[in-house]
Amino acid sequence: MDLKFTPEEEAFRASVVRFLDEKLPARLADKARNGVRLTRDDMIEWHAILNERGWLANHWPKEYGGPGWNTAQKFIFENECALAGAPRILPFGVNMLGPVLIRYGSEAQKRYWLPRILDGSDWWCQGYSEPGSGSDLASVKTTAVRGIDDQGEHYVVNGQKTWTTLGQHANMIFCLVRTATDVRKQEGISFLLVDMHAPGVEVRPIITLDGDHEINEVFFTDVRVPAVNLVGEENNGWTYAKYLLTYERTNIAGVGFSMAALARLKRAVAKVKRNGRPLADDPLFAARLARVEIDLENMKTTNLRVVAAVSGGGVPGAESSMLKVRGTEIRQEISSLMRRAMGPYAQPFIEEAFEEGYEEPRIGPEEAASAAAQYFNNRKLSIFGGSNEIQKNIISKMILGL
Amino acid sequence: MLADSLNRFIAEQYGMATRQAGFSADMWRRFAELGIVGALFDEAVGGFGGDGFDIAVVFESLGRGLVVEPFLGALVVGHALSHAGSEAHKALITSVIEGRAVAALAHDERDSHYELSNVSARAVRSSNGWVLTGTKSVVQQGEHADFFLVSARTNSAHDAEDGISLFIVARDAAGVELRGYPKIDGGRAAELRLNEVCIGDHALVGERDAGFATLERSIGAGVLALCAEALGAMDVAKDHTLEYLRTRKQFGVAIGTFQALQHRMADMLLEIEQARSAVINAAAALGASRIERERALSAAKYTIGRIGARVAEESIQMHGGIGMTWELPLAHYAKRLVMIDHQLGDEDHHLQRYIALNRS
Repeated sequence: MDLKFTPEEEAFRASVVRFLDEKLPARLADKARNGVRLTRDDMIEWHAILNERGWLANHWPKEYGGPGWNTAQKFIFENECALAGAPRILPFGVNMLGPVLIRYGSEAQKRYWLPRILDGSDWWCQGYSEPGSGSDLASVKTTAVRGIDDQGEHYVVNGQKTWTTLGQHANMIFCLVRTATDVRKQEGISFLLVDMHAPGVEVRPIITLDGDHEINEVFFTDVRVPAVNLVGEENNGWTYAKYLLTYERTNIAGVGFSMAALARLKRAVAKVKRNGRPLADDPLFAARLARVEIDLENMKTTNLRVVAAVSGGGVPGAESSMLKVRGTEIRQEISSLMRRAMGPYAQPFIEEAFEEGYEEPRIGPEEAASAAAQYFNNRKLSIFGGSNEIQKNIISKMILGL
Repeated sequence: MLADSLNRFIAEQYGMATRQAGFSADMWRRFAELGIVGALFDEAVGGFGGDGFDIAVVFESLGRGLVVEPFLGALVVGHALSHAGSEAHKALITSVIEGRAVAALAHDERDSHYELSNVSARAVRSSNGWVLTGTKSVVQQGEHADFFLVSARTNSAHDAEDGISLFIVARDAAGVELRGYPKIDGGRAAELRLNEVCIGDHALVGERDAGFATLERSIGAGVLALCAEALGAMDVAKDHTLEYLRTRKQFGVAIGTFQALQHRMADMLLEIEQARSAVINAAAALGASRIERERALSAAKYTIGRIGARVAEESIQMHGGIGMTWELPLAHYAKRLVMIDHQLGDEDHHLQRYIALNRS
């Protein structure tokens, strides 16, 4: 197995690096470096820059506006972006809904919604989880009842979604809704596109343990949705939902994020002193650092092996579960080490320091302001997108055949 | 007895909203009236307890209630004054025991990273006392303190055990500058700048240059207290997680019926029982000879640091998304458990210290 990139792929990497050098605003990269929270406008700005170059929806086929990259190119692009401190591409429209519409949407839906994802006309969010439906996603209870009146065919939606990431910025939500109850739970689900500004939709913030407002609850009370917003066939939504969840997972290990975070950690521990000497020289800390670095080097190759196996054109299957489990554990460990490295200075929690324009002198080392908050926030990595326990169930069933 | 009334008081009077409102002088006085502060000191200084188990019992309860009031400062400063202070200093202990005053330890510095002997703040002799200059880091509840116990160098190199002296500095002394801020696990702390603060001879606690032994001993009591506090918080985190496993249903059953989670919960229980034993060992050794005492304290703090973070992480993970929310008390227990490792020496610090003590 050849894990080296070809000269063409290396040339591609150079073009990505050049692009990031020229086009990634230093202001945004600085925010990533300093743990400053991105605003809605920051994320929109970066999407527009990528879209102008034709690299925003890099998983889409060329005919819909994708760049036509192979798996290795996507992998290289994602890693280089993370290393440069670029904001992440918001996955909801580009990586989640887009592929579902391309595969299962009507021609009219593709023509209408896909360009709007690219040009930023719509900000999508994901209506999957419910308070009673987490790991057991197929048990969703939000209902959609089909009807017809003088304004045409429509659904009336009632229920509640939760953990809706960045739903406070969204104008559209794609939802799993129940359209039949007298069948197996997976067979009564439909995939519906709902206008967040429609009467009866209410968004309430959920504040996470680090004080951040990133996720929300979304309530639906008699929300009227035009029937043309049904994707694919009624009661066949579970197929689309699963397709969305397994679609593009070349970057699920977050190797680029880990490499960037590890580099930042190393810079920090070269400066932080333990009794007058760099913390990097402390034998126990050095051992922790070495262990996670080795894990990450191994993960890079595991990731490349999975990528190489599918570069014929397919998408990774259950193997992506391995990447998700170990990849998120590595990211969590790196943020745990950053917290440890800050010593007593991990305790101060000045939320204003996470926002742009905070000018007060820092308390302790510059990495201290966000170290503990980032560590606690990263606990989500092993919970969302299918918890690591669910991933292990998939590995047991699909890879081990148990 | 005391533990029962303290537990009852916390259960009835100290909800999450009270905690999140932060330090309250009134609440501090009420704790004192219950005798909770007095339980941390022996009779010679006006208390009615003060041994390792007295301290552990009180702090375990405080950990169960996630109390942010400045008990740790009271304990450490009070024990230092009790050990080495003058009669006048001992009167300060009385004011703390009665809830009339708040004391804070100002010892950590920017580059010490838990190393006890690393003190760069300086005290220089003046005609009628001392002049203190330097900066102290992350002073717990510093803004609310009436006085600080400050470590300062009066001799030798910046990391020598010899040459450290301890001083009482009033909060309103000229040249004392505080910058307060919230902590991620609740409560507040402050950076303390000493800008040529002039204090009298009476401010020196114990012998000049010989403050290290007092510091080590009183911080040792603080280490025990933090370990016991963590144990209380762990028990609550475990109870909440167990309750969640019993009641949360997915795939038509309680998630506690899944063997993968049962084993993880069993591991958590094993670890917490090991932590409980570490606290008992430390409490029993508090009155022992230096090496025996410090070994047990470092063993306990190492154990608590490692297990506390594990209990926090596992509790959040087994709760799933809801475990990440501010609204759930569990999230605050988890934060406190992790951040206890950032006070008075973390897991790695105490493991290395344990090894060093074994060699001495």
